Amino acid sequence: MDPINPLTLFFAAIFTNNILLTNFLGLCPFLSMSGQKKSAFGMGAAVVFVMASTTALNNLVHYKILVPLGLEHFRYIVFIVVIAAFVQLVEMTVERFFPSLYFSLGIFLPLITVNCAIFGASLFMVIRKYDFVQSLAYGAGSGIGWMLAIISISAIREKLQKTAKLPRGLEGPAITLIITGLLALAFLAFSGMIRVQ
Amino acid sequence: MPQIIISVLVISGIGALLAVLLELADRFIADYGECNILINKQKELKVQGGSPLLFSLQDEGIFIPSACGGKGTCAYCKVKVLDGGGPVLPTETPYLSAEELEKNVRLSCQVKVRNDLSIEIPEELFLIREFKVKVDRIEDLTDYIKGVTLEIVEQDEGITYKPGQYIQLEIPKYKLSSGPEFRAFSMSSIPEHQKIELFIGLVEKGIVSTYVHDFLKEGEKLVMRGPFGDFYYRESDRDILLVATGTGLAPILAILRHMKKEKIQRKATLFFGTWTEEDLYCVEELRSLEKELPAFTYVPTLSRVPDNSSWKGARGRVTDLIEKQILEGADLDVYICGGPEMVDSCLGLLKKKGIALEQIYFDKFS
Repeated sequence: MDPINPLTLFFAAIFTNNILLTNFLGLCPFLSMSGQKKSAFGMGAAVVFVMASTTALNNLVHYKILVPLGLEHFRYIVFIVVIAAFVQLVEMTVERFFPSLYFSLGIFLPLITVNCAIFGASLFMVIRKYDFVQSLAYGAGSGIGWMLAIISISAIREKLQKTAKLPRGLEGPAITLIITGLLALAFLAFSGMIRVQ
Repeated sequence: MPQIIISVLVISGIGALLAVLLELADRFIADYGECNILINKQKELKVQGGSPLLFSLQDEGIFIPSACGGKGTCAYCKVKVLDGGGPVLPTETPYLSAEELEKNVRLSCQVKVRNDLSIEIPEELFLIREFKVKVDRIEDLTDYIKGVTLEIVEQDEGITYKPGQYIQLEIPKYKLSSGPEFRAFSMSSIPEHQKIELFIGLVEKGIVSTYVHDFLKEGEKLVMRGPFGDFYYRESDRDILLVATGTGLAPILAILRHMKKEKIQRKATLFFGTWTEEDLYCVEELRSLEKELPAFTYVPTLSRVPDNSSWKGARGRVTDLIEKQILEGADLDVYICGGPEMVDSCLGLLKKKGIALEQIYFDKFS
């Protein structure tokens, strides 16, 4: 199979292979931060940045350090540590030098250190044997896809809060999961249009 | 074998490299220098910047309540940040009402100390401290109650409290205890007295009270914490009813001493209940308070006095006095202090008499 064009991969990651709606990764912050559009946007932007950078970074770590030394089986622990340290460094830097950016995006950074979507993207990158450019495109695309999903859900939730009278048992996470399921079904319509691996 | 060594070295190397990077970042990027925190516009603290406000205050001995440990989920750690807190974070907004936002209320675990801050916290939290005290005097008030006077040592500012509040007194390990123990005692002194006065009753098998009665010596050093409690004198122009039994007289006496000092002329009646005449104490002071506060009446009542005794005062329990002497629907401020059964039956009785519940203050000793 020919290697996939990074641009195609980028769009595939957003739509046909949306990491949240087809793999159901990163649900935890998705459920808790999707109540308001504003915080959904902040969280989404933070995920885009972290996912793009860590997927690319982990690609380098994997192919420049682990593979040559035959240590691929350590990729889980190494990826996690790299992600955690990277996020922490970025958080510190943003907090110190870009206070306004920190107040809108930075505070979400610690929340996604342990986000499984971030880690998942790094693992898919290895399984699907992406090169550096593809990894960057895949990471950025997945992040944007995740952001797209959380913003759509938050818009729906905000509207629901204003208009719908929900039975008590359905309020909050329950109705959010149902809507997410419906949204995922809608995204399934894209499936098969592009093969990512 | 070489593979194992390589793995260990490489993985440790990656870990070490990241640790060094983070350590450097912490040293150089996250260094905010020394910041000043101005509390309630009166006290200034110098702290190392970079940590959440909650923890910075904790390090300085000011304990803001927090149940989640600074995770931003319990919302107990609210304080007013008047200046320097930066914009309200999205992690805080779910816990703050529009009214609180208006008043600059923030979650102290989410506000980082990055620059000089001006904050406002409830005075009670600000005042609670640990004090080293020296036992100044121990006197027998009755066979079962000792008056203990404490002097604060090694604390420049002294203790600030309201008349009627309590402190926690810690006693060292001795043969009846397995470690230091502390109990709450109301202060009968008022802030102007400089020294702290407590009435400590002997409780059967009570670890702290036994220590105080049998082992505590004048000149001994102890630790106390405080002040605590919402049982204290409230301003109003209503008449006052004071009800106490046993050592419950302590905070009531503090209230009366405060009224004397401030020359408060509100009509006040004290119902003080004990078993026999020998159990009455501070009688002289209460009688002289009657002269100094013309609108104050001291009514002791005895519940175990033989019929043929020479006692001329009231007989029965404090509840009997309330039953007989308090009018239905009277507009009173009521202060009750003593054992839980007494407090509960007084509350029931006063409720039945239609006394406004929000005007009844009580402190149950248990």
